[in-house]
Amino acid sequence: MRVGLFIPCYVDQFYPNAGIATLQLLEKLGVEVVYPANQTCCGQPMANSGFEHLTEGCNRLFVDQFAGFDYIVSPSGSCVLHVKDHLHLHDREQEAEQVRTKVYEITAFLTDILQVTALPGRFPHKVGLHQSCHGQRGLHLSAMSELVAPKFSKPLQLLNMVEGIELIPLKREDECCGFGGTFCVTEEAVSVKMGKDRVSDHLENGAQFITGTDMSCLMHMEGILRRRNSQVKVMHITEILNAGS
Amino acid sequence: MKNHAQLSQEFNANEPRVNWHDETLWWVRQKRDKAANTLPEWEQLREAASSIKYHTLSNLNDYLQQFEANAEQNGVTVHWAADAKEHNEIVHRILAAEGVNRIVKSKSMLTEECHLNPYLAEKGIDVIDTDLGERIVQLADEPPSHIVLPCIHKKKEEIGELFHEHLGTAKGEADPQVLTAAARVHLREKFLTRRAAITGVNFAIAETGEFVVCTNEGNADMGAHLADVHIACMGIEKLIPQRRHLSIYLRLLARSATGQPVTTYSSHFRRPRAGQQMHIVLVDNGRSTQLGREEFRNSLKCIRCGACMNTCPVYRRSGGHSYHTAIAGPIGAILAPNLDMKQYADLPFASTLCGSCSNVCPVKIDIHDQLYKWRQVLMKDGQGGAAKGLSMKAMNFTLSSPGVYRTAGKAGRWFLRNVPFVVNNPLNPWYKQRDMPEAPKQSFGEWYQQNRKK
Repeated sequence: MRVGLFIPCYVDQFYPNAGIATLQLLEKLGVEVVYPANQTCCGQPMANSGFEHLTEGCNRLFVDQFAGFDYIVSPSGSCVLHVKDHLHLHDREQEAEQVRTKVYEITAFLTDILQVTALPGRFPHKVGLHQSCHGQRGLHLSAMSELVAPKFSKPLQLLNMVEGIELIPLKREDECCGFGGTFCVTEEAVSVKMGKDRVSDHLENGAQFITGTDMSCLMHMEGILRRRNSQVKVMHITEILNAGS
Repeated sequence: MKNHAQLSQEFNANEPRVNWHDETLWWVRQKRDKAANTLPEWEQLREAASSIKYHTLSNLNDYLQQFEANAEQNGVTVHWAADAKEHNEIVHRILAAEGVNRIVKSKSMLTEECHLNPYLAEKGIDVIDTDLGERIVQLADEPPSHIVLPCIHKKKEEIGELFHEHLGTAKGEADPQVLTAAARVHLREKFLTRRAAITGVNFAIAETGEFVVCTNEGNADMGAHLADVHIACMGIEKLIPQRRHLSIYLRLLARSATGQPVTTYSSHFRRPRAGQQMHIVLVDNGRSTQLGREEFRNSLKCIRCGACMNTCPVYRRSGGHSYHTAIAGPIGAILAPNLDMKQYADLPFASTLCGSCSNVCPVKIDIHDQLYKWRQVLMKDGQGGAAKGLSMKAMNFTLSSPGVYRTAGKAGRWFLRNVPFVVNNPLNPWYKQRDMPEAPKQSFGEWYQQNRKK
């Protein structure tokens, strides 16, 4: 099995550790992983801003880089959802379709494709899980509080395999943090208020770390935590799953 | 004209108030969750409700004609209005013919959409809204901020202040029971003395020509039963084919709206009583345009329960007035651009696309997907402005070329590390209340080149 590692642009530039943890975790699990060097961005920032018609360059690049792999795996539910829902290429639609069906968010890849039942990690801390909307509601990584349906959670299933971890409960289990892509600057006031409320829920329940499947939500909450001089840290879920092993 | 971002910034100036607003509506959302979870068949009900509406919208012309024929046979006068203006004129004509200049009106978001109250006021007709929440915002000279809970943005102390000023209650009185009793006395007098009543319509049934009005206060019934003239105003999408379909919607409506099993009053109006006139105004006002927009057609399934507003994390923290349209919240944000793309171009962007709205919607409208689609339509139509278009083109240029992307990334990180004031300043909306992420020396790509590429 050859896996193409898709590292979203802002993770590449600002959170390389999340990328490294993803790569190391997959390697530990015996997967052959390749990072295609010429990848940039999935195009979501433009598409969510209403400029999907400008994403052809990104789409072409993405298909060029990733069409040949058995799977494409990424530490970002949001970017994966964008690729799944919106990546098209009029002259290479068959390849685009393959890319759309083979792309996986990392926790879903671990539970659904690799079907891991044990992880080597150890993380003896109190952790709050932020369920990012695109992963949860878009990719169905976990049950949604609005639906009358059985409960499940792929990220929690994996976190529970980590030795010593103490997962804290939240008052609102799956409310949006307010990042929302360009929403975080175009609607600054509401975005920040949502982020503050989300962070407070974690703090009030004693989290030492806030984790999640999307670094973008975590980046937003980290900005708020730092402004408060909080000691609480954010960490991508792969960094915890890969920790101390 | 202020946009959603500016109006919500103003709303957020008072953080304790935002907390209160958010918690009040979250409480309603939780009541909705509890009510939904009492029905194991909830998701099937949603699917059935969605399918019936889909079928109805696909055959809307036939069902409307069937409804018209049956209603006329029942002795109801049916009117057709192409837009808000025609709707208002029809209502005025009916009232003028009877020489009525004082009326009562129960809840109808359609009349809000058509701005009927100010229109009638100009014609010298006094309108009293009889839904308690609507009466409160009417006294405050404000539009409703929520379609089901029109005055949810007001605290009981503020309502006490209004009642003191307009209804003569004691100064400082804020006990909801006392205030409600005062409103009751005030409204009783109106019900008993006004000869014409306007109501909205929650559901109209094609096979019987009847319509159903749902309220918790019984105010629609009080108005309609006591008046000589009953005018019911409905959007053409309120139709369902058969009476038996109603059970599905009545089970979903109140549970989604407030968490109640059913509204306190679900009143069927079929024919006028002896000596009474009953009119129905069927209003299009952009609905057939929306029906013709394939990607947005589903929005016409809406039964106006307000669940999408209660669950929306943006609505809860920005308030209904920030949407500057009659129907606020996620559903309003997909309905309003249909009426005016320019005026409401900001609304599809007033969302994080979290998807919670689509999940609570009892008729399964793909609300957040439609928000995304509206963004595409609006920007292609040039509603984003030249600057936004240019910045997106620059972004496209950078991201379409790996070399440019890597150079820009490296330069950006260097600036953040060495001259942070370039971004850490008040011109950067991110920095205003958040710190910037720390810029690492090495990107993941650079690390990979060094550590994995042989």
